[in-house]
Amino acid sequence: MSEILVLVEQLDGEVKKVTLELLTLARGLGTPAAVWAGPGLTDGAKAKLAEYGAEKIYVASSADVVDHVVAPKAELLAQLVADKSPAAVLVAATAEGKEVAGRLAVKTDSGVITDAVGLGEGFVADQSIFGGGVNVRSRVRKGTPIVAVRPNSTAPEPAAGAGAEEEVSLTLSEAARAARIVERVKQEKGARPELTEAAIVVSGGRGVGSAENFSVIEGLADALGAAVGASRAATDAGWYPHQFQVGQTGKTVSPQLYIAAGISGAIQHRAGMQTAKTIVAINKDPEAPIFELADYGVVGDLHQVVPQLTEEVAKRK
Amino acid sequence: MNIVVCVKQVPDTATERKLRSDDKTLDRDAVDGVVNELDEYAVEEALKLKEAHGGEVTVLSMGPGKATETIRKALAMGADKAVHLSDDALHGSDALSTSYAMAQALKKIGFDLVILGSESTDARTGVLAAMLAERLGTPQLTLANKVEVDGSSIAIQRLTDYGFDRVEATLPAVVSVVEKINEPRYPSFKGIMAAKKKPVETLGIADAEIAADQVGLDAAWSEVVDFAAAPPRAAGTIVKDEGDGGVKAAEFLASKKFI
Ligand SMILES: Cc1cc2nc3c(=O)[nH]c(=O)nc-3n(C[C@H](O)[C@H](O)[C@H](O)COP(=O)(O)OP(=O)(O)OC[C@H]3O[C@@H](n4cnc5c(N)ncnc54)[C@H](O)[C@@H]3O)c2cc1C
Ligand SMILES: Nc1ncnc2c1ncn2[C@@H]1O[C@H](COP(=O)(O)O)[C@@H](O)[C@H]1O
Repeated sequence: MSEILVLVEQLDGEVKKVTLELLTLARGLGTPAAVWAGPGLTDGAKAKLAEYGAEKIYVASSADVVDHVVAPKAELLAQLVADKSPAAVLVAATAEGKEVAGRLAVKTDSGVITDAVGLGEGFVADQSIFGGGVNVRSRVRKGTPIVAVRPNSTAPEPAAGAGAEEEVSLTLSEAARAARIVERVKQEKGARPELTEAAIVVSGGRGVGSAENFSVIEGLADALGAAVGASRAATDAGWYPHQFQVGQTGKTVSPQLYIAAGISGAIQHRAGMQTAKTIVAINKDPEAPIFELADYGVVGDLHQVVPQLTEEVAKRK
Repeated sequence: MNIVVCVKQVPDTATERKLRSDDKTLDRDAVDGVVNELDEYAVEEALKLKEAHGGEVTVLSMGPGKATETIRKALAMGADKAVHLSDDALHGSDALSTSYAMAQALKKIGFDLVILGSESTDARTGVLAAMLAERLGTPQLTLANKVEVDGSSIAIQRLTDYGFDRVEATLPAVVSVVEKINEPRYPSFKGIMAAKKKPVETLGIADAEIAADQVGLDAAWSEVVDFAAAPPRAAGTIVKDEGDGGVKAAEFLASKKFI
């Protein structure tokens, strides 16, 4: 069976859950091969990739690969496409993953599908478009299919692979080095699960009222083992850092459960959360559009309802 | 500084958007077109850079005839002139063809800086800026919430999963912006009047040296196999908090096995 390349997403050497999901998807369609871009491949990461089925792990360990914006990763994958003739390339549908996919598509003269929520035989991808109103199945017609798959599209399942490491020697072009990353500013990660990967997300909006009051949202999130999200109104007000923004220009999340507190449900917010399986809304305005999406809604003051819910969750544990 | 800002006309997200049953492309005739909202932030940033550093702002839009409404809006905000890439042969172009056609037009127009929105509300691919940078061989400065230009140097703050990166490069460059970067201005009455007289050049594919076999539905690198309206969400249960709203919500979560 042909190889399927999976670009690994990692943070500080730890493989992200979405990569395990992509390996699981790839296994059903070919032989998964992980691609590690940059330095920092640890034994732990290698073991994880093998545990989820990576037969090979291609490694380009030069720091150059991560010190320039996006282009080096596309060059690495393009070289592997040329050398290994894989059946497809899968990346995570994060903002950056999609950019890598886009550049790779141009380089390899291949079609690209972004934001797949499923992938089947013949690399036919499922997509949910127009705010969840239309389900589409699409496929690549030319070149090597490149598919950016959303986190939480499939459940990761272990199935051991050989995990054979192979160093890739890569000579980056001048163009790939054109945009230099001169500084990385990391804002508190915290102990909570990552927003795009979490099974449960609890988000707060303007109704939360202040940065301090976000502790109410965090309290419920911690009781549920959930990630915290925020609407743009909340991130713009500086109540919560921007990388927790859910929506059109923030993160797209597809958790099992999404709880929106003090969020009206503007179209731009919905764009980032309406593929959640179950939606719960807490809002004092019975007319708030978020209730149109909600499987369960409480019309009330979140400052009363959320702490009571948190207490109740803790009790039932 | 010669700035080109890419502005797309998209269907109003408030209306019901549909795919055409014949060729499975977005039915653009059936809905009102509006400026892709993120592109207003791109126009604003272009105008700010022009105000600070001098130069000219050109709007580039690829789309059918009715996209002129969108072009006029960008001109009314203050852009100097526009290029409308419009040709029946472009209908049905996917991201690869669109980026190819726009790159050809950009080569013809010439630029120091190209500014795009980070995503369109209809296609939502978010790949165009990266593809343009790849095709034009210029640095990719995308997902910017801050742009600074100093002579021929440019630096941005790029939003990332963990915070942000500071990225530096040399002009010419391709930039995409997020909505945190600025507050787009409203066109003034004077601006709207002035826009009517600003030059809009229409380019067909031959004018921009775009190969016909690289664009349009037949050339597309990807295709829609089939589509269907999503089954409507079952109406949810909405309760009013009578002092026990949190308990009731917990019961719901328990019934769904979340707790
Ligand atoms: C280009 C662009 C991109 C955008 N991208 C995003 C995006 O990525 N994500 C995003 O979220 N938005 C985005 N927006 C903004 C979006 O349009 C809305 O403005 C935003 O989502 C509103 O946030 P909100 O629901 O928190 O605030 P509001 O709309 O002000 O709603 C607050 C809600 O809280 C309720 N409330 C108030 N007090 C309480 C209380 N004590 N208890 C319970 N309920 C209470 C109110 O009834 C109201 O419904 C974007 C906009 C633009 C133009
Ligand atoms: N047809 C078009 N004409 C002009 N600009 C476009 C067009 N399509 C996309 N863009 C630009 O590319 C950005 C990203 O779009 P997309 O990759 O489709 O999500 C938009 O915000 C626009 O700035």
